Amino acid sequence: MTTTASRPAVKVAGLRKSFGDHVVLDGIDLEVAAGTVFALLGPNGAGKTTAVRILSTLIGADGGEVSVAGHDLAGDPEGVRGAIGVTGQFSAVDDLLTGAENLVLMADLRHLGRVEGRRLAAELLARFDLVGAAGKRVGTYSGGMRRRLDLAMTLVGDPRVIFLDEPTTGLDPRSRRTMWEIIRELVGDGVTVLLTTQYLEEADELADRIAVIDHGRVVAEGTPGELKSRVPGGHVRLRFPDTAGLDAAAAVLGEVSRDEDDLVLQVAGDGGVRALRDLLDRLDRAGTEVAELSIHTPDLDDVFFALTGQPTTEKDGAR
Amino acid sequence: MTTLSRTATDSATMLRRNLRHVLRFPDVLLMSLGLPVILLLLFVGVFGSALGAGLGGAAHGGPYIDYLVPGIVIMSAGYGATTTALAVNKDMTEGIIARFRTMAISRSSILIGHVVAATTRTLVSVGLVLVVALLMGFRPAADLGAWIAAIGVLTLLVLALTWLAVAIGLAARNAEGVSMFTLLVQVLPFTSSAFVPPDSMSGAVRWFAEHEPFTPVIDTLRGLLLGTPVGGDAGAAVAWCVGIALGGYLWAKALFKRDPTG
Ligand SMILES: Nc1ncnc2c1ncn2[C@@H]1O[C@H](COP(=O)(O)OP(=O)(O)O)[C@@H](O)[C@H]1O
Ligand SMILES: [Mg+2]
Repeated sequence: MTTTASRPAVKVAGLRKSFGDHVVLDGIDLEVAAGTVFALLGPNGAGKTTAVRILSTLIGADGGEVSVAGHDLAGDPEGVRGAIGVTGQFSAVDDLLTGAENLVLMADLRHLGRVEGRRLAAELLARFDLVGAAGKRVGTYSGGMRRRLDLAMTLVGDPRVIFLDEPTTGLDPRSRRTMWEIIRELVGDGVTVLLTTQYLEEADELADRIAVIDHGRVVAEGTPGELKSRVPGGHVRLRFPDTAGLDAAAAVLGEVSRDEDDLVLQVAGDGGVRALRDLLDRLDRAGTEVAELSIHTPDLDDVFFALTGQPTTEKDGAR
Repeated sequence: MTTLSRTATDSATMLRRNLRHVLRFPDVLLMSLGLPVILLLLFVGVFGSALGAGLGGAAHGGPYIDYLVPGIVIMSAGYGATTTALAVNKDMTEGIIARFRTMAISRSSILIGHVVAATTRTLVSVGLVLVVALLMGFRPAADLGAWIAAIGVLTLLVLALTWLAVAIGLAARNAEGVSMFTLLVQVLPFTSSAFVPPDSMSGAVRWFAEHEPFTPVIDTLRGLLLGTPVGGDAGAAVAWCVGIALGGYLWAKALFKRDPTG
């Protein structure tokens, strides 16, 4: 059988889910092309995990159509399970077994046979830099090692579609980089990856396409470049020592967005030298003193802010 | 692969996993021996003669240890069940069961693996308690048939407690949630015929001791091991065990099927 390039690996239409009267997914549409990385980007509580749990057959949906690797989720969940690999938000590894035993367990459950199971376990341990810890109990592993083992276990049996729920949350920067490299390699092998993240930077780094979700809805979808282009331009951020300064500057500058609590004004503009000099001249003439100035080029954070009117959790310092 | 052979293969894999846990942490098995053996020493060594004298005909003229051992053996089965509930709960809360559920495996193998491993482990610890009892002077008078019947009753009880423990482990939100069950299986033997016959108790406690499930099971086991008549207790014991096993099984199955929450 040849797979046609146009056939999406994951197709979701009108997906809905509520817990009681709390609507968590409010009609989600997604299409993930085979062999690409798709990021579901959203703050804590947006419904990312709920979506992954539905797509991986763990919980049922209240409505909508889903197909994964050509299998209908509702009609053929067993077919879906045969095609996917899942790494959940929290590591699901057997603490009491060793890393190698965890991998062999997965191989046994995929019916790969004893010899092939061991060979594959050894190969994955090497690939995920776990050879030294292969014979140690997973209970003694660091967070990054557990995460890597978790992903290695997901790869046993060569799933064609992989779901990764916040694969790097809680990892130190170095482990995060390693994880990114591993994910890029997977896609090189033709695997389709659907990942969720709260980190705009991560989606930007990894994804071919991004869906921004907020309160159970897709509020934007596109390539990282497309999303960035939806924010008209950058801005200059000015912080003032007191409210009087803020007021005076606001009066001079006209149309600006202001943040009373932080004593900050945001002036639209790309931060070019001319525009910047002009801005400072006007403030000078009005006699206002600026405590701090920063130039902001548009990034996905701005996209999120522009689309939802809220900063992401990341900005709240939740990282 | 047919559904049946897949269930068998996957159950064997799950069983290996669970038995490996037991072998890797033999202290869990030893711990489950600890308290029954301490109780055995305490009751035989410290209270034995006083209790034995007080029992009169109930001990059938034999030493108090002969009366006591069936109850202690049942207690160790209770401890085994506690371990089982905690093991299932750990699997549940640590997400490995969620991982298994996203794989194309036989789902029933997850519970079958636990039940078979737990039953085996508990029967081994029950056997070890019996060995200690024999070393301490327990002298059963059972013939081969009675031994087989006794092992049958014990296995049935262990199976019943195991299914109940699996359901409790699935239902509890965390390890603390299992503690009510732990308390129950540890306290119930004290208010049964394990240490003294209910006749010697008073009022409500006596009524309770006469009607709770551990009493007929212990009395049946005692009758079989000491070679005394078993009577109607056997029927009650089997009925209780089958009831608990079936209830536990159906409860566990329903819990396992539902959408996992949280
Ligand atoms: N089993 C559940 N029962 C009730 N509410 C839930 C359940 N799972 C998730 N929720 C709620 O659904 C919302 C989305 O959760 P989740 O999908 O975990 O978001 P995310 O992964 O994006 O942080 C949250 O408000 C959460 O409290
Ligand atoms: Mg989540």
